[in-house]
Amino acid sequence: MNAAYLYSLIAVVLLGLLAYAGVAVAGLEGLFGIFIPYVALIVFVAGFANRIIGWGKTPVPFRIPTTSGQQKSLPWVKHDKFDSPYNTIGVIGRMALEILLFRSLFKNSRVGFSDAGGYQKIYYKWVVWLWLFAILFHYAFLVTIVRHLRFFAEPVPFFVEMLAKVDGMMQVGAPGMYLSGVVLLGMAMLLLVRRIVLPKVKYISMAADYFPLLLIIGIAATGILMRHFAKVDVAAVKELTMGLATFRPAIPEGDISALFYVHMFFVSLLVAYIPFSKLMHMGGVFLSPTRNLPNNSRAVRHVNPWNYPVKTHTYEEYEDDFREKMKEAGLPVEKE
Amino acid sequence: MVDTSKPEALIENIDHTPPKKPWEEVPPDLSAGKFCYPTKKKNLEYLSLPTTTVDEWSPADEEWPLPDNWQQIVHDGFKDLLGKYRSLKIFMDTCVRCGACADKCHFFIGTGDPKNMPVLRAELLRSVYRNDFTRAGKILKKIAGARPLTKEVIKEWFTYFYQCTECRRCSVYCPYGIDTAEVTMMARELLTLLGLNINWILEPAANCFRTGNHLGIQPHAFKEMIEFFCDDIEEITGKKIEPSFNRKGAEILFITPSGDAFADPGTYAMMGYIMLFEQIGLDYTFSTYASEGGNFGLFTSSEMMKRLNAKMYAEAKRLGVKWILGGECGHMWRVIHQYMDTMNGPVDFGEVPVNPITGTRFDNAASTRMVHITEFTADLIRHNKLKMDPSRNDMYTVTYHDSCNPARAMGLFDEPRYVLNAVCNNFCEMPESTIREQTFCCGSGSGLNTEEIMDLRLRGGLPRANAVRYVHEKHGVNMLSCVCAIDRAALPPLMEYWVPEVGVCGVHELVGNALVMEGEIERTTNLRFEPLNEEAEVEADV
Amino acid sequence: MYDKGKIVTGLVIFFVILAFPFWYNRGASSPAPELELTDKAKQAEKCIEETAFMTKEHMQLLNQWRDAVARDGYRIYVSEDGDEYVASLTDTCMDCHSNKADFCDRCHDYVSVSPYCWDCHTYPEENN
Repeated sequence: MNAAYLYSLIAVVLLGLLAYAGVAVAGLEGLFGIFIPYVALIVFVAGFANRIIGWGKTPVPFRIPTTSGQQKSLPWVKHDKFDSPYNTIGVIGRMALEILLFRSLFKNSRVGFSDAGGYQKIYYKWVVWLWLFAILFHYAFLVTIVRHLRFFAEPVPFFVEMLAKVDGMMQVGAPGMYLSGVVLLGMAMLLLVRRIVLPKVKYISMAADYFPLLLIIGIAATGILMRHFAKVDVAAVKELTMGLATFRPAIPEGDISALFYVHMFFVSLLVAYIPFSKLMHMGGVFLSPTRNLPNNSRAVRHVNPWNYPVKTHTYEEYEDDFREKMKEAGLPVEKE
Repeated sequence: MVDTSKPEALIENIDHTPPKKPWEEVPPDLSAGKFCYPTKKKNLEYLSLPTTTVDEWSPADEEWPLPDNWQQIVHDGFKDLLGKYRSLKIFMDTCVRCGACADKCHFFIGTGDPKNMPVLRAELLRSVYRNDFTRAGKILKKIAGARPLTKEVIKEWFTYFYQCTECRRCSVYCPYGIDTAEVTMMARELLTLLGLNINWILEPAANCFRTGNHLGIQPHAFKEMIEFFCDDIEEITGKKIEPSFNRKGAEILFITPSGDAFADPGTYAMMGYIMLFEQIGLDYTFSTYASEGGNFGLFTSSEMMKRLNAKMYAEAKRLGVKWILGGECGHMWRVIHQYMDTMNGPVDFGEVPVNPITGTRFDNAASTRMVHITEFTADLIRHNKLKMDPSRNDMYTVTYHDSCNPARAMGLFDEPRYVLNAVCNNFCEMPESTIREQTFCCGSGSGLNTEEIMDLRLRGGLPRANAVRYVHEKHGVNMLSCVCAIDRAALPPLMEYWVPEVGVCGVHELVGNALVMEGEIERTTNLRFEPLNEEAEVEADV
Repeated sequence: MYDKGKIVTGLVIFFVILAFPFWYNRGASSPAPELELTDKAKQAEKCIEETAFMTKEHMQLLNQWRDAVARDGYRIYVSEDGDEYVASLTDTCMDCHSNKADFCDRCHDYVSVSPYCWDCHTYPEENN
């Protein structure tokens, strides 16, 4: 699947150029700065809601948690409350560990063969990399998003200021470098490299895996570029974004380079792309029946809304089949 | 093909490097030994399932006997499942192909076939889902990972969804809990709509429907078999036991997989149960009608699962028992723990299970009214109701294989271990990444315990066998205990091939060995009629 | 089982959080602040470099000044036009822009940056 990442790379580069040229050559600031962001947001909200409601409308007919720990059974057997939750509190704990700490991914291991000791052994080695890249990537993304609220809120709320302060505590350069931006870019690159370099992961990767990663790399790169290398007038940028947030959209005076519109366009694309892609895992992770259900199906009955009567082989039919043999063997029968 | 007569050659030739060609362009290998025999048409007919167009056919045939509108059937079936199972929708939509699952599958580890990576196994279905049911797939086609449903795809499904044992190991590691067992169950439902099931699943299912058990044992024969075990028990212990069958008014109905009545080493576990119940004076009965704990419907469709499972509650009600005690079995407990009450409940018999000997109330089974035998035995041991002589198991150094379903669909980990520690002196665990929730399948679950794919089964069972070999070499383990009837059928050939020095037993065989029965004669052999330790040594010295 | 209530609640919470900018600002317009120039600044007509450059790059320039002065002892900055300036925030910049509150802070507050310049440097008493 060599083509998959090339296609995605070409697509992202072309889309970036499109926005750049659209603004720098054709002067379409309004299109890329106002129209497309609004459309993207509408598409996201409608698409996201539609997807979640679509999932919600489908029932969970059976309670099928994957149990990763000791069930609650006898009082003296130590019950694993989070890996085999028995009630809602346990489920909330399990889900929180899953969503906030990527617990399942943390268990990741790699299989290998070794002939140490005279015969071929299979070994399993705990590997932290995928978990590490993934969790840093996600948290860096979250911090970056929250930080960006400074462009969408006036006055800027204290938690945004606090976060920016922590994020910029390295005090490298002026304007100060944000850790989250660098980590986001770095991790996205590592996740991409991983897809290209590891044979198994490369084999399973599709265009739909490379495209969002490259798009995010594009977003992070243009953002860092604008902050440190090809600076823009941030006050003017905020005027534009505040216009969007207050439904008074306008393209402000001031020096906002075409690079900013590329950044905006990439973000819009990503936002609009979410509901139609694997990025819906952000909603799906909450709804996975193997994780979000308690392991108490023998104690509390789970109801299947589409349960229907089926044709069974009744005892009467069975006895009719075997009555003589049963009587001969001394087995009790209902009808003589 | 690698010469399977040499284990070392087999393992050395496993290559995890993916092929050059993308997986979409690699056709399934349908040469002999690579597929399970399809079901005989009579089984489909007996169970009123859709049939193939011809009686006899082979997956190796170029043209498969599908009805003309097969594409429509699968499309409609898929749509129906998507409307019924949120799990399917979520699992189709949320996978990010991170690859965490890739090397967690025993079939992938043993074969190196990339389509045995759980992520790709699911992609086989997901690609068709995208094509038929998602906007992106309809517009972007191949770029979005969509592909149309062709006969080649059906062949691929048949190959790889009967090459998954529904063990759920991958779902432990998946950050979204995507469960390939669920995906495989859905795919098998779709295949069954075309009459494409395998004989090793549907023959037992058809048997079970008619006779009450997978092996087709008729009522009188079932009784005879149990009585035969009782003769053996009498010979070993001097105790004459007469279990009851289909007895109304018993307090407890005991159901265990019919495999335990049929073949070694399950039969020894059966003897263990009978001895235990006799010793504590349990008021219980067997049923010849509900004489099967397992449920091959699970491997066919949810409807078939329900149809076969219905016998348990029906029989419990007819006999008027208070609750049901279930024997050692893997997938049986998947059905009982996660499906039975939902499908065939709410129960209209009996009461919340109480151990009549200890008075313990099994609140964790308050609704289903069904208790696992190791929960029951562990409770007895905890309350000092059993006198044990673990030295009778001294000939064994025992390890424990967590069967997939009790492990990952129930969370039954410590009860069997508690029992084992009470009944044998030498117990040791296999490496951490191969037990408990990370346990490896025997390689033959979900109806794949069939001779014609022995090569595949040996490969699928390799991770388990390798861990056994490790403790065999390191700690001298010579007995692999388990709580699953499929294991007891599948692990012996697996051990025979990879670690011939290790035997296989049910936990309750060891219980039967160690249990000191009231008024028993001095035991000279274990339940296998093998001389007990000391004497064996004495004889050897002489 | 659907858990529709929980799902819809979750979705609503998510959208409410997402819509933070819309409800937080309540639609109140907030254009970029007008910066006030002192008389001295007005008279000078031009800062040490072009206004557009100064808007975007002043922080970097100051950073360079700090390094040049504090580390290399090099105190003179030559502008694009060839004019020489003492590289000093307090003595050069804030000599004209002595109205920190109405010049520096307005913009900094608007885009939520808190430069640490004045952690060390003093600034003139506001006199307007």
